[in-house]
Amino acid sequence: MTKTVTLAHGNGGEENNELIKKVFYKHFKNEILEKSEDSAVIEGGRLAFSTDSFTVTPLFFSGGDIGKLAVCGTCNDLAMMGAKPKYLTCSVIIEEGFAMKDLEKIVQSMKKELDINGAMVVSGDTKVMPKGTIDKIIINTTGIGEIEHKGISASQLKEGMSILVSRDVGSHGATIFSAREGIELQSNLQTDCASLYPQIKALIDANINIVALRDATRGGVSAVLNEWSKASNVCIEVEEATIPVQEKVQGICEMLGFEALDLANEGTYLLCVPKEDELKALEVLHQTHKTSAIIATVTQQYEGKVILKSSWGTKRFLDLPTGELLPRIC
Amino acid sequence: MAELELKNLYDDFRDGATIQAYAKLIAQDAKKLKKPINIMEVCGGHTHTIMKFGLPQLLPENVNFIHGPGCPVCIMPKERIDHAYVLAMQKDVILVTLGDMIKVPGSNGSLQDARSKGADVRFVYSPMECIKIAQEHPSKTIIFFAIGFETTTPMTAVLIEQVIKLKIPNILFHINHVTVPEVMAELVASHNEEGDIHDHEIDAFLGPSHVSVISGSKIYDVFPKEYGKPVVVTGFEPVDAMQGIAMIVKQFVEERCALEIQYKRVVNHKGNLKAQNLINTYFEKSLFRWRGLGDVAESGLKLRAEFSAYDAEIKYDAILPKEEIEDHKLCICGDILRGMAKPQECTIFGTACKPTSPIGSCMVSSEGACAAYYKYGNLI
Repeated sequence: MTKTVTLAHGNGGEENNELIKKVFYKHFKNEILEKSEDSAVIEGGRLAFSTDSFTVTPLFFSGGDIGKLAVCGTCNDLAMMGAKPKYLTCSVIIEEGFAMKDLEKIVQSMKKELDINGAMVVSGDTKVMPKGTIDKIIINTTGIGEIEHKGISASQLKEGMSILVSRDVGSHGATIFSAREGIELQSNLQTDCASLYPQIKALIDANINIVALRDATRGGVSAVLNEWSKASNVCIEVEEATIPVQEKVQGICEMLGFEALDLANEGTYLLCVPKEDELKALEVLHQTHKTSAIIATVTQQYEGKVILKSSWGTKRFLDLPTGELLPRIC
Repeated sequence: MAELELKNLYDDFRDGATIQAYAKLIAQDAKKLKKPINIMEVCGGHTHTIMKFGLPQLLPENVNFIHGPGCPVCIMPKERIDHAYVLAMQKDVILVTLGDMIKVPGSNGSLQDARSKGADVRFVYSPMECIKIAQEHPSKTIIFFAIGFETTTPMTAVLIEQVIKLKIPNILFHINHVTVPEVMAELVASHNEEGDIHDHEIDAFLGPSHVSVISGSKIYDVFPKEYGKPVVVTGFEPVDAMQGIAMIVKQFVEERCALEIQYKRVVNHKGNLKAQNLINTYFEKSLFRWRGLGDVAESGLKLRAEFSAYDAEIKYDAILPKEEIEDHKLCICGDILRGMAKPQECTIFGTACKPTSPIGSCMVSSEGACAAYYKYGNLI
């Protein structure tokens, strides 16, 4: 590992995993943590427990803001373990000089998102830091949820199972990147940022046998598929042509040299179900997003690896994204 | 008239059936080849396309690729990376560059390392962003560390033009622009010297088309005429690359040796004269030291003497390292850039040297041959 922490250590990919394993897991080591799921399952499988900190530039973006992100992020981590989000804490670190009306706007959008989840903030903390010591505002939320569908795990994928994606991929990453300083592309693209609990509830209500669920946040769809293939020691074979990508997102990827599969999402998840449930699951997903699709099959061809198959008969590995996302040169 | 949609720019050029049809055509024609042919794709963008879309899986055994030195980050010698590092560490300097450049390790570390030590290092998509940064930070000196082949040079030239026109006092330039034909000629010569094994002989070139959008295809006239090497200026989508390869194979079957353009939708023989004039206004040819290839006469550009006031290399001359710095002993980036070796022939490829901990520059840039092999083809 490098001597100092670099931005690449926060990318949700390979360096990020290394930092977590070599520093945090080493000291905090315990059975629950080592499962490395979206949220910890505690109290004999009754409760899900998760935390996340949020920092984003710009704070307000097309389709959302840091407040919406902060509630969606933690509630979605709970929902991904089949839990209904119930109680959240909210801890806010604010830079001196931050506009009060912006703070109010952020908290309002947090409240709106809590209502969608049927959850509430029951404890909180605020700190103010001198100007220049942090970048505007950092929000941490921690949440507890009640598990409604037991046994969801990244380590139970088996040969023959199907993987679905809940909607078109990469729109959050593309929206944020195109609004960044130094890029500033004009587009009417919107983030996918959304609370996922209502969609998961619909799957549970339709009696879908959910094997694995994970929202494709930092590191995108590539990261989730790689995490699953490793955790279950299986091969995941993806048909590239079936992956839904909005044309605008693809356009930004083409210009900047990115892959939509590597871009972050904030309201898009992957779902693994037994083959016999795939069409029923797709029908439920279609109720929210017409772009949802069956994208991959679990096999044993290359254990622990993800394979991307092209429509012209070639294949390649799909790796974890590495490094900081940088636009191509020419 | 139907509106041009973004997807028109790439969709049809990734059509599975068309790619397969070209694969069949190439296989048929390749049966008539008298000996195997080695095609050098000069540009890192082509290396990336070839590996990302798995094109070698579609080609017959007697059509091979040799990867060339056309990745602007990979060819940067270590001492020039150290220039960037030293400049970035100066108090009151904001160092601005393009994309992957911030990841390449010099002898003290990369620009990313400099940034984690407090240096103000920024990457931009368009060099014109420097003007905004300079206006927002009037007390700082903005140094644009310019890299790239003919494709990116006009953007630097426009920035210089604007800096002069708008009288912006706090932007300087560190120029690392290089040109393609001189290094191609150097490669032909060096491969001929070492070319007793056919593996390394360059039989034809897939010409980088984005370069030719600026320079025209005329810059390659000399290769079929004087060196006997066919050149097909080719686009970057998989259908383009397959068509370009088919055109090269056809030339060999028909025993022709010509300069052809596959990427006709954008490239012509004379190129973009306005951009060429702009480049000539501000730059003149100079010697450039390439990583792995050494000094190549007239293969680089530098600011003309009348613009030396904007040259960071002159202004900071006293603190910039001049000595050539050797690469890591086990790294064979030099041979890879010359097309004399492939990434998997390197003993540290994928073990000590990975995209997360690169030792050589070819593992750093997304256009580098090692990075492309690691990312797309490390086991298949």
